[in-house]
This record gives sequence, structure tokens and C-alpha cells, in this order.
Amino acid sequence: MYQTTYHRASSVDEAASLFGKSSEAKFLAGGQTLLPVMKQRLASPSDVIDLGKIKDMIGVEASGDTLTIKAATPHYDVATSDAAKKAIPALAYLASLIGDPAVRYRGTIGGSIANNDPAADYPAGLLALGATVKTNKRSITADDFFKGLFTTALEDGEIITAVSFPVPAKAGYAKMRHPASRFALTAVFVAQTKSGEIRVAATGASQSGVVRVPAIEAALKANWSPSAIDGVTISASGLLSDIHGTSEYRANLIKVMAQRAVAAAG
Amino acid sequence: MGVEGIGARVVRKEDKRFITGKGRYVDDIKLVGMTHAQFIRSPHAHAKVKKIDSSAALKMPGVVAVLTGQQLVDDKVGNLICGWAITSKDGSPMKMGAWPAMAPETVRFVGQAVAVVIADSKNLARDAAEAVVVDYEELPAVADVHAAIKAGAPQLHPEAPGNQVYDWVIGDEGATDAAFAKAANVVKLDVTNNRLAPNAMEPRAAIADYDAAEEHFTLYTTSQNPHVARLVLSAFYNIAPEHKLRVIAPDVGGGFGSKIFIYPEEMVALWASKKVGRPVKWTGDRTEAFLTDAHGRDHVTHAEMAFDASNKITGLKVKTYANFGAYMSLFSSSVPTYLYATLLSGQYNIPAIHAEVIGVYTNTTPVDAYRGAGRPEASYLIERLMETAARQLKVDPAALRRTNFITQFPHQTPVIMAYDTGDFNASLDAAMKAIDYAGFAARKAKAKADGKLRGIGVSCYIEACGIAPSKAVGSLGAGVGLWESAEVRVNPVGTIEILTGSHSHGQGHETTFCQLVAERLGVPISQVSIVHGDTDKVQFGMGTYGSRSAAVGLTAILKAMEKMESKARKIAAHALEASEADIVIENGEFKVTGTDKAIAFPMVALAAYTAHNLPDGMEPGLKESAFYDPTNFTFPAGTYICELEVDAGTGKTSFVNFVAADDFGRLINPMIVEGQVHGGLAQGIGQALLEHAIYDANGQPVTASFMDYAMPRADDLPSFNLSHTTTLCPGNPLGIKGCGEAGAIGASAAVINAITDAIGKNNLEMPATPDRVWRTIHAA
Repeated sequence: MYQTTYHRASSVDEAASLFGKSSEAKFLAGGQTLLPVMKQRLASPSDVIDLGKIKDMIGVEASGDTLTIKAATPHYDVATSDAAKKAIPALAYLASLIGDPAVRYRGTIGGSIANNDPAADYPAGLLALGATVKTNKRSITADDFFKGLFTTALEDGEIITAVSFPVPAKAGYAKMRHPASRFALTAVFVAQTKSGEIRVAATGASQSGVVRVPAIEAALKANWSPSAIDGVTISASGLLSDIHGTSEYRANLIKVMAQRAVAAAG
Repeated sequence: MGVEGIGARVVRKEDKRFITGKGRYVDDIKLVGMTHAQFIRSPHAHAKVKKIDSSAALKMPGVVAVLTGQQLVDDKVGNLICGWAITSKDGSPMKMGAWPAMAPETVRFVGQAVAVVIADSKNLARDAAEAVVVDYEELPAVADVHAAIKAGAPQLHPEAPGNQVYDWVIGDEGATDAAFAKAANVVKLDVTNNRLAPNAMEPRAAIADYDAAEEHFTLYTTSQNPHVARLVLSAFYNIAPEHKLRVIAPDVGGGFGSKIFIYPEEMVALWASKKVGRPVKWTGDRTEAFLTDAHGRDHVTHAEMAFDASNKITGLKVKTYANFGAYMSLFSSSVPTYLYATLLSGQYNIPAIHAEVIGVYTNTTPVDAYRGAGRPEASYLIERLMETAARQLKVDPAALRRTNFITQFPHQTPVIMAYDTGDFNASLDAAMKAIDYAGFAARKAKAKADGKLRGIGVSCYIEACGIAPSKAVGSLGAGVGLWESAEVRVNPVGTIEILTGSHSHGQGHETTFCQLVAERLGVPISQVSIVHGDTDKVQFGMGTYGSRSAAVGLTAILKAMEKMESKARKIAAHALEASEADIVIENGEFKVTGTDKAIAFPMVALAAYTAHNLPDGMEPGLKESAFYDPTNFTFPAGTYICELEVDAGTGKTSFVNFVAADDFGRLINPMIVEGQVHGGLAQGIGQALLEHAIYDANGQPVTASFMDYAMPRADDLPSFNLSHTTTLCPGNPLGIKGCGEAGAIGASAAVINAITDAIGKNNLEMPATPDRVWRTIHAA
């Protein structure tokens, strides 16, 4: 690791102010990506501003038809949150499948979506549920937030403070774990909103990162059942291919995981 | 058996320090004035080293030196050696290219060191390493064994034309051809045994400390065999004579074979510590472990098995290409030859065997012994062949094995090994009963009704352990004898120190070796300590690998104990005024049989050291040593049966049951044996389902971190159902066969046989990743 200056922010405003004062600062949440990358000397921020100790940024709350997860909430807290399990059990389930226990105790929702790894779990949940990302400056819909591999709508120095999820009528998540990293080799989140909209998002599969899957959405709109997806064809074109999964295999997994997610959603 | 004697499930003495974080590993050691080494490693699989410019690095604060491969040459430091000479079928010796500890001219795999920075801290050394500019001229590279032997392939070493190290044969080709000519059926199979990265929990590390006044070196290192390290460093590398080099292997966090070998880093650390006049520490990181720890396996094999009309095997032909990587590591040459082809008879009567093994250089990390070392490759091949044969001949796989089992012992195979004892039917019976083999068809049918593909796979492994009879391995080309030494030191108060040449790096010797003493003397194991891993304390030893520590190392302790007891018995008889023949040892006392006369063991010890009242002519003291050279290999064997389900939608495998019935001879501590089997099975299943060290066509490693290399986790594995059948090994007095590698040897075939049974297709390579299984299911 190169030398860096660590700051523990006690408020979002202080964090933003610290960021403005340094040349090449990085925000630190759970550190599950940033710290390994720094240890390998692949990142060399002048300053690291820790958001993980800001009390206002931790917690899970349900209010009416909205579940709000504050940005520095670790995955373990979401997986075990009564509010999350009651409002959107598929989302609590998603959190329970992230990485391994060590990752779940440290990693946060804000860090995960700000990083936008193409195989991360949360982006699929946000996109399928039509969540809204709250920052210290504005609100951004999930549709506008994810911009491709490791790219988001966040501006320099902008801090995610929370993610709010509309409680769906039905939702389900199914994940094929990457055997080494435990990211998603391919995972699919399906949701039926209370207004009847069908949204399906796949992560780990596309070269563009998390994506909606219109063909499956159309099939499920006609008939919300696993068998409705039987006739859908998913093209392998544009999908990732590596030693753990060819693009054809991932195309198959999008279908199979979608069917299992629908089955889980009920 | 006493509560702490042989056969008792004694809790491990060493676990208190390991579990409470009090273990003392190499990296925990800090010496005054210690510097830190950072190696500069090639990013290319094959390149000329044109220029190394360290001028900027040398100006950085805290940088002590930048040393290069050319300086090693200038100082006449020797190249790394391979310690087992193999002769090709044409009578020529194996063809080896030179392996300098740092490359002065040519790098041949990604990660090979070209220079080292020595600095006041690890971080400063890393900073300076980035400032060293190495100018490379890239050369064409080859990583695949078949590509490497093609005409026109990039050549690694001028000494080895065609990248061929040797073309070695074993067995009777004429008899084998004759058997095939008469065969009623021939079964053919192509298999790849996937390359593995060993990944011990503790990475390799070394601290070298040169004392200029005494001209003496001390090396702390992660070694499975510190005496062998000292011997090789002294005899071949010109570092220091043996009496001026002390090697200490303290607590070592796992080895699996990868810490047998002498690596460039500890050689360079020793040399550098003399050059800079300060201690030098190097601790590898996980990336360095992936790039430089000797890999395992990596065979490509075509095999054919001949059967007569009654399904008896009549012949076996095997042709294997073994990928050695870029250089020949310490024992690499023996792994695909004498540790592999000599086990190709498996548990079966095979009258004629012929095997050819072609060793090949590629631009990849060197390959050497890894848990099982040749025997997993042999067992996997034979057990895949047996399953393939059963399918082709349409007979039950267990029944086909039974038809061909060796049942008379001793049994001389056509490939050197003489099996001393065993009961293969017993272990097969035990495993079949444990898994309810008879009920499988009904379970498969039910699973099918539920939309699941269920399969069962049998693997009847045999291995050769307890390596090894020195004379025998010497005649086969080994550069060392493979005996073991021990010393029993009884202190005046009656506590006992056992010095052993075996080395514990996870095996639990500090407990099991004490259990032998408890068994013989009836003293508590708290009164016994095991001393190992230091060449200044233990005179010599061959170390721990090849499941040898109980069969060979513990037998050496037994021999030394017998000598010590013989003297103690004389002292006791003298003190009790009894005949030596009437003395019996019980519960820590020497008793006159049939009387109430007794003397406690500590009083015998005290008498030996006060020397006030010893028999006439007896030397004072109570200390004895022994060397033990085994008379034969030992032959642990057993049956593993795996039952699993494959998800046709994803290709993912889920275990239903995994049973192991092993014959390890006598067990010292069944709990520790179970732990060894669990670990071995995890590695065998890891190889079958998850692990694969992959290179692209240009020799760039694709799996150099845990993000890409899939190590098995607990939730990838089933709960294991273990049992034992026992035939005592006649070759050593304790009847021990060894248990350290069995799981890794037998498990892979059981898993792949079960998956191929489930999906109804026979051709499936390891690792059987979900993607690969799914594609196999859906292949035309």
C-alpha cells in the first residue's frame, strides 16, 4: 500500500468538505474493493475519507410503501433486518448471498453500488425494484444511476446517503455464485411493482454490467410464472465469457435464474 | 491403550497456541537490524533480460542494495537442482536447462525473479522495486504441453531440444501388446489431470542472518524438511558448508508438498544477508505464492485397458505427457514416473502394464509434488478407466472392481511395487454399506421424478507411502536416502524430549508422537515434548511428505525408545535387585513382575544421571538415538463412494453423501486421522470441481488470485462419512500405513464418476465446473 492519509468523517458534510480539500481523495465505506486494490498498489489515493462511522448513514427503515437502507449499512445488517425481511424479503435474501461472512460484515450497500462491479448483487436489486439513490446533492433513479462497468451517475465528490426501495407486489432473486469470487456468475432479480410493472435485472452476465432483460419482462407481463420464460431466447452476444462461464452459459443462466427468481417470488 | 496411548482421541497439544494466535511463524520473527527483500519479477512468460537499471532505486532513502542475477553468477552461487535422475528409454539422462535463482539472461515464466531490492522496510523495498527499470526483449512463449512438443514451438532450454526433458518407460511393452492382441474388449480414455496451485495458508517466507564474525548463517524458513534444505544449500549452491548453516523451520502453516523444495528466494536471502551484512527477511504475498510456489499435477494422458471375456483385466497401456513448467524443481522428475506409473496397477490384478511418460518444458510455473504427488494422477486415471469399462461392458462398477481385485498378498505388480497387505473387498464392502449402494437405483429414480440427475461414483484407490527404502529409491535415481532419525532424551526428572527429523506443519506430531511414549511408558503426554524443525537441535532428518512421518518417523522414535527402555530396564533391575528379564513397564513404573516391587520412571531417570548406583560399566545418562530405514513402501488403500445430484439447468453439483472407507493400518490418534482425511478429501474434491491453475496461450497466468482460482470452501463440501477397515502393515513394527494424502488421491475419481453417472456422458474433464457440466449435458 502506498502512503495515504486517513480521515474519519463524523458527518456527510464533513466528508464532502474533506474531499474538496484534497487532491485525489477516495471515499471508504466497507473497503471490500478499495482496500485490496490499495494493498496491491493499483490505487493510490492521497486521502481516504471513511464514511463507515457516520451514524446517520447506518440503518434500515420501512415506512409505508418504502424501504430505506442507509448507505453505510453492512450487508449483514440488511440480511438480518426485520424491516427488510418483512418489506422486501428478496432484497434481504440478496444481501445474505453477497460474498462471504467477512464481506457481509464489512461491505455496504453504498460502497457496492458506487463501485458498480458488473457482477455485484445490489445493482440487480436496485434496478429491478426501481430504487432511488439518495445522495448529498440529489436523488437519482436506478435507471439513471448505473452507467456501465464500474461507472455510475455520481459526480466527483458526491456521496450516496441512502437507497430507497418501493415495496413491490412480488420480488425474487436467484444467483449462480462465481465459484472463486462469490460475486454473481449470473444473477437475476425479478419484481412486480404494486402498479403492475414487471422489471427484471441481470447482473454478472452482460459486458455492460447490470442490465434489464426486456424479453423476460415481456414474457412475465403476459404470464407471471416460471414456465412463461421457457420460450424466451437470450442471445449470448454481448455477454461476458471467461474461465468460469462462457457467454452461452451465461445466456442460459439468465433464463434459469429468472425462472427460479419468479418461483421464489411466488 | 491408555487414555493417551495409541488409538486414543487425544486433543492436539499444539492447538492451544495455534487457536489463540500464539504460533510462531517465520514472519513473526524480527531480528535486530533486519532488512526486507522485494523481488522484481518478470511480467513476461519468456523474454531476454536486456538491461536492469537500478540507479534511481539505489538513490531512494532506506534502500540498502539492488542485487541481480548476474551478481549471483559472479559470486558463483549454484543453480537450483533436481534431485532425482531419470533415464529416458533411449538410455540418455534427462535433459535439464539451468535454473538460476535470479535470471541473468532469460526469464521463462511469469513471476521468475530477475533482481531483488533490499531495504530498511518492506514498503521501502516495494517502492524501490517499482523504480528499477528492467528492459526485456519478449520471446515467443508456450504454455500448453501439446503445443510445446510440436515442431516449430518456442524452445525453452538449448539443453532440451523439442522441450522434452525425458521420454521414460516402465513395464513390459511386448507382453502388454500381446494382451491387447488377444483382448475380448478394449476400453480407451483420454484424461487431463488439471494443474493445481497449492495455496498453503501461510505463504513461503525466509529470514537469513549472516554472522560475519563466525562466518555462520542462520536461515528461518517455511520448510517441510529443514535438513534437506541445509544439505542442498550447502552441497549444491555454494552458500555455506553444513556446519556453518543452521536452518530453522518453526511453526509452518501448511505445506501440501509445496514447502519441500528449495526455492530461489531463500537462496537469495542467504546470499544477500552476507552481501549487505544484515539479516534479510522475505515474506511472499499471495500473488507471489500463485506465481512461484511449485504447482501440482498437470498431466495429459491417453490410456487403454484390455479385458478378457470374463471381464478380467489383461493389460494396460498408458501414455502421459507431464507438464513440468519452465524448470525442473527439486523432486519434479520423480512425480510422473516413480510416484505415478508405479501405482498404475491400482487395486487390481493386471498381468501386463506398459507406460510411457514424456516430460515437457513450458513457459509456466515449475510443477512438483503436491499432496499425493503422482499417486492422485494414477488413481484418477485407473478409477476413471474402471468406471468407463463398467459402462462399456455393461456391468456394475463395484462388481467389475471386485472381479479384478488383488486378494493374495504379497502381490508383485508389473510396475515395481510389491503390495504387502490389504483387503480391498473389505473397504469396498464397508463403503457400499455406508452409502446403501443397493438402494441407489431407487434413490436415482426418485430424484429423476423430482427433476434431478442423481449419480453415484466409486473410487478404489491405492497409494505407496512411507517413503521410502533408501536402497530401492537410490537404485531408481533418488539423490537422497529416505530413512528417518530420532533421539529420545530423558531428563533427570523423568520428563522426555523426543527429537525427530519429521516436521509438523499441520499434521499434529506434537500430539501423536507423544502418544507412542505414553503407550510404552504409561507417562502422561504432558511429560513429553517433541523437538523438531531445527538443524542445530536435531542432527539430521528427511522431513515430512509422502505420508511418511508415522510409518517412518514414528518407527525411528520407537527404535530409539526401545534402546532407551533397554538401558532403563537395566538400571531398574539393578536398583530393585531383580533380574532384567523380570522387569515390566506399567503406568510410569518399572515393576518386578509378580511382586509389589517397583521404581517410578523419574527415579530411574534420576539414577541414570546421579550415576551413584548404576550397574558396573554402565555409562551415565539416559539418551538414545536411532535411524530407521523402511524395508518397503506402505500401501494405504480404500474405497470412496460419492452420491450427488446435478442441476441440469445450471450444471451445478450438490453432494448427497460422501463415504470413505480407508485402510491406514494402525491409527495412533483417530481424531487427527479424520482431520487428515477431511483435508485430503477437500483437496481431492477441490480438484474435481473447482481448482484449476490456468495459463493463456502466451503463458500469462489467468488464475493468480482467489478472485479467479476457486479454492474449496466449507460450504462447497459435504459432511464426510468416514470409516476404517484395518490390515496392519507388516513392514513396520507399529503396523502403520499413513493417512496424509489418501483423501486427495481417492476423492477426485469418485466425484467425476458420480457426475458422469448422473448426466449419462462419460467424457468430462476436471474441474467439473457448472459451465463445463452444463455444456457436457447439452452437447450433441
